[in-house]
Amino acid sequence: MSVIYLVLPLAILLAGVFVAAFIWATRSGQYDDMDSPAVRMLNDDDEPGEGR
Amino acid sequence: MASENTIKIADRVSDAQRSAVDILCAHCGLPVPRGLIEVGRGEQFCCHGCEAVYRVIHQMGLDSYYRLKQRRGGTQQPAKTTGAGYAAFDHEAFVTRCCEDRPDGLRCTAFYLEGVHCAACLWLVEKLPGVVPGVVESRLNMHKSMVRLTWDPKRVDLSKIAAALDSLGYPPHPARDVAVGAVVTRENRRELVRIGVAGAAVGNAMILAICLYAGYFTGIEDQYRTLFRWVGMGIALVALIWPGSVFFRGAWSAIRTRTPHMDLPIAIGLAAGGVAGVVNTVRGDGEVYFDSLTVLVFLLLVGRAIQRRQQRRAADAVEQLFRLTPVSARLVSGEVVTEVPIEALEQGDTVELMAGESVPVDGEVVRGSSEVDESLLTGESCPICVAVGDPVHAGSVNLSSMLRVRVRETGERTRVGALMSLVEESTRDKAPVAQAADRLAGWFVGVVLAVAAATFAFWLWLDPGRAADHTVALLIVACPCALGLATPLTLAVAIGRAARRGVLIKGGAALERMARCGTILLDKTGTVTLGKTSLVRWFGDDGVKALAAAVEAHSSHRIARAMCESLGAPDDGDDVADVLQSGAGGISARVNGQSVLIGSSEYVDQGVDRVPDWAADAIGQIAGEGLTPVLIAVEGEVLAVAGFGDALRPDARQAVDALGRMGWRMGMVSGDHNEVVDRAAKELGLSPDDTHGGVMPEQKVELVHRYSKLGPVVMVGDGVNDAAALAAATVGIAVHGGAEASLAAADIYLSRPGLTPIIGLIKASRQVIGGIRRGLGVSLAYNAVGVSLAAMGLINPLVAAVLMPISSLTVLALAVSNRAFMGEGDER
Repeated sequence: MSVIYLVLPLAILLAGVFVAAFIWATRSGQYDDMDSPAVRMLNDDDEPGEGR
Repeated sequence: MASENTIKIADRVSDAQRSAVDILCAHCGLPVPRGLIEVGRGEQFCCHGCEAVYRVIHQMGLDSYYRLKQRRGGTQQPAKTTGAGYAAFDHEAFVTRCCEDRPDGLRCTAFYLEGVHCAACLWLVEKLPGVVPGVVESRLNMHKSMVRLTWDPKRVDLSKIAAALDSLGYPPHPARDVAVGAVVTRENRRELVRIGVAGAAVGNAMILAICLYAGYFTGIEDQYRTLFRWVGMGIALVALIWPGSVFFRGAWSAIRTRTPHMDLPIAIGLAAGGVAGVVNTVRGDGEVYFDSLTVLVFLLLVGRAIQRRQQRRAADAVEQLFRLTPVSARLVSGEVVTEVPIEALEQGDTVELMAGESVPVDGEVVRGSSEVDESLLTGESCPICVAVGDPVHAGSVNLSSMLRVRVRETGERTRVGALMSLVEESTRDKAPVAQAADRLAGWFVGVVLAVAAATFAFWLWLDPGRAADHTVALLIVACPCALGLATPLTLAVAIGRAARRGVLIKGGAALERMARCGTILLDKTGTVTLGKTSLVRWFGDDGVKALAAAVEAHSSHRIARAMCESLGAPDDGDDVADVLQSGAGGISARVNGQSVLIGSSEYVDQGVDRVPDWAADAIGQIAGEGLTPVLIAVEGEVLAVAGFGDALRPDARQAVDALGRMGWRMGMVSGDHNEVVDRAAKELGLSPDDTHGGVMPEQKVELVHRYSKLGPVVMVGDGVNDAAALAAATVGIAVHGGAEASLAAADIYLSRPGLTPIIGLIKASRQVIGGIRRGLGVSLAYNAVGVSLAAMGLINPLVAAVLMPISSLTVLALAVSNRAFMGEGDER
C-alpha cells in the first residue's frame, strides 16, 4: 500500500497540470466565444462543391 | 431607381402566373411578393435590399455563401442595406474614441452588425479581407453579432470597410463600450477560472473523502488516514483561498456596509469548517469536512455564474438596441456636407437632417420646414410643424422633409441630457431592496450563531472534550448551501425563459419586487397607444374609403400615409388623374371621372357648397376627442368625416383589464394634452383619479413617489420623458420601440410589441417568488434537522456528507421545475 505515497502526489501533480492548462486556455480567450468557432470550423476554404 | 420599372413590368404578369406556387427570393429564400415578380428572369427578389446584396455577393465571387446557407439551413430574413456613406468613421474624433492603434501600424475596432443570423453570415463577414484590400482580419462573434476588424489605415479607410459590410447586408454600428466589454470579458474569464479550480478541487477532495469514509467502516491504518487528511486539507485550502475568497470578500463588505448579505453566513460556515478541519488534521483527531467545504464553494459559484450569465444575456440584447442609435451627423460647411461624429459638433455649426432621421442636437431651424415628432421627449402624440426660426430638440424625429439646423447645445447640455441627469438622480435615490435570500440571511446568521453558542455551552458542561467538535459539526451542517443556491437558480431559470418570450430582465431583483400588488402607471404615447397616426373614427359612407385610398396613395403627407395604411392598398383599376396637393391642407384629384376633395375642414369648405349638419357634429366630436378631423367630399358633397390620431394598441384594453383583475391599481401619466389623455384613459376604463395628463418628466417622478407610499409602483413607458420615472419606480418596464434613455433606466424591457407580456411577467413574478420561498423553506428544513441533530451530538461525518448534497439537489430540482414563464402561449 505504500505505493500510495508515490501515486497520490503524482495524481495531484497531474490534476495540477490540467488545471494550469485550463487556466491558460481561459486567460488566452478560448472560452470567450462558444458559438462562432464551432461554425467557423465548417467553413474552410476548400468547400466541396466549389469550382464545380 | 429600378423599383418603378419592376412594378410596371409586374403589372403585366398574367393572373395564371400570380396564382402559381410561391416564388422564393434568390437571396433570403422568403416568398417574393407577387407585385415584384419579374417575368423571364432567373433570380427573383423579395425586396430591393436582397437584390442589391445578391449583386454585390455575385460580383465579389462569393457565391459559396448561398451553397453554405442552403446546407446549414440558415434562417430566412430579407437583407438590409442602408447605402449610407459612413464618412464619419474616418473622422479624427471617431478614430480616437473607437479605434485602437496597434504597434505594427495596423488599427483595430469593433462593430455591431445588423442582420447576422446564420453560419453563412459568419463565412461572408470573415471573407472581408479577400474582398476589401487592406483589411487584415475580420472575426465575427455570432452570439453578440460583433465583428472585430483589423486593417491597415494606410491602405484603406474605415468608411470603405463599413460601406462594404453595408453592401453585403450587414449595416455596421460602432461598438460604444469597448472598454466596458473588455472589463466584462476579463471578469467572465476570472469567474470561469474560479469555477474550474473549484471543480478540480471538488473532484480530488471527493476521492480522498471516499477513501476516508470507506476506512471509517472497514478500518484504515492510521498513517494512510493521516496522509489522506493532510492532502485533503491542502486541496480544500486551495479551494477556500482562491475561488472561495469571493465569499470572504462579499462577507467583509457586508459587515462594513452593515447590510445583510448571503455571503456572510456562507463565509462563517466556510471559515468555521476550514479552521476546525485544519485544527483537527494537525492534532490528528476529530472530524474534517474538506469534501463538504469544496463542494459548497463549487456549487455556489456555479449557481451564481448561471444567474449572472442569464442576466448578462438579457442586458446584451438591450445593449444591441443602443448600438443602433445614430452617432454621426451631416455637418454643413459652406455648400459642402460632410459626415462627422456627433461629438465633433460645436455651437453654431449647421447640420442637415433628412426625413426620418432623429435630431442629434438642440438647435434652431435655419432652412426648410417639416413636421417633428417629439413624442419620445414630451409624450405629445401629434407631430409639431416647424419652420425657419423654430427650436428643435435632440431625441425628436424629423418626419417629412429635409431641415437644416443651427446647433445651440450638444451632448449633456441638451434637453435630453438634462433629462438623463434626472434619471441618474432617481436611480441614486432609489433605496436598494434587499433580496429575499439576503433578508433571510440576516436572521439565519443570528439564529445559527445563537444555537451554536448554546450547544457549545451545553456540551462544555456535559463533556468538555467534545464541545468544539459538536459545535463545528453544527456550523457545517447549517451552512446555507441550498439557501445560497435557491435564489440564483430560480431567478436564472425564469430570466432565461422570459428572454425566449421577448421579456428581457436586467436584474433578478425586479422580479421579486413585482410579486406584491401595487400600482401600475402607464405612459400613454407609444406605450398604450401605437405612437403613430392612424385612422380612429369614421363617419359617413364606407363606399368612399376606396376612393380616398386611391387619392391618398399619391401623397406623402402623414395623414395620407396613415389613411392608406388603415384603408388598405387602393384598387389598381381606379383611374386617378389631376392630382393637386395644396401644402398641408389637403389634396384634390379626379378618380374615374369624379372629383374628390380630401383635407381639413377649411380646405374642403372652399370646394363644397355646404358642410351638412351631421358632418359638423362629427367634426366637433372628433376635435373634442383630441383627434384631427379630415373631410372627404365627392362631386362637391361631403360624404365622410374621418378622425385621425394615435390609436390604442389592440391589446391595451385587455391587458389593463387583466391586470386590474389581478389586484393592481391602474393609472396613467402622460405628457400629452389633457383631453387626449382623458380619452385614452376612458377607453381603457381607468379611473379619472389616477389619470394624469400634461405631466412634465419631473412631475412623473413625483407621482411615482406619491404612489409608492401605497405599495410597489410599476412604471411602464417608452420615452425619454419617462426615463426618470422608470428609474424611480419600484420596477421600470420599457416597451417595444422605446427610446434609448428609457431602455437604460428600466429594469425590464419588452422586446415584442404590446402590453400582454406584462400580464405574464406579473404572473411569473409570483411564481418565481413562490419558487424561491419553496427552495428556502426546503433548505431551512434541512438545516433545522441538521442543526438539531448536531446540537444533540448525533451527527457523524457520514450524515453530514449525505445531508449536504441532498439538500442542494432538492433545491436544484425545485428551481428547474418552477413554472414561471411556462404558461399558455409559450413558444418553444
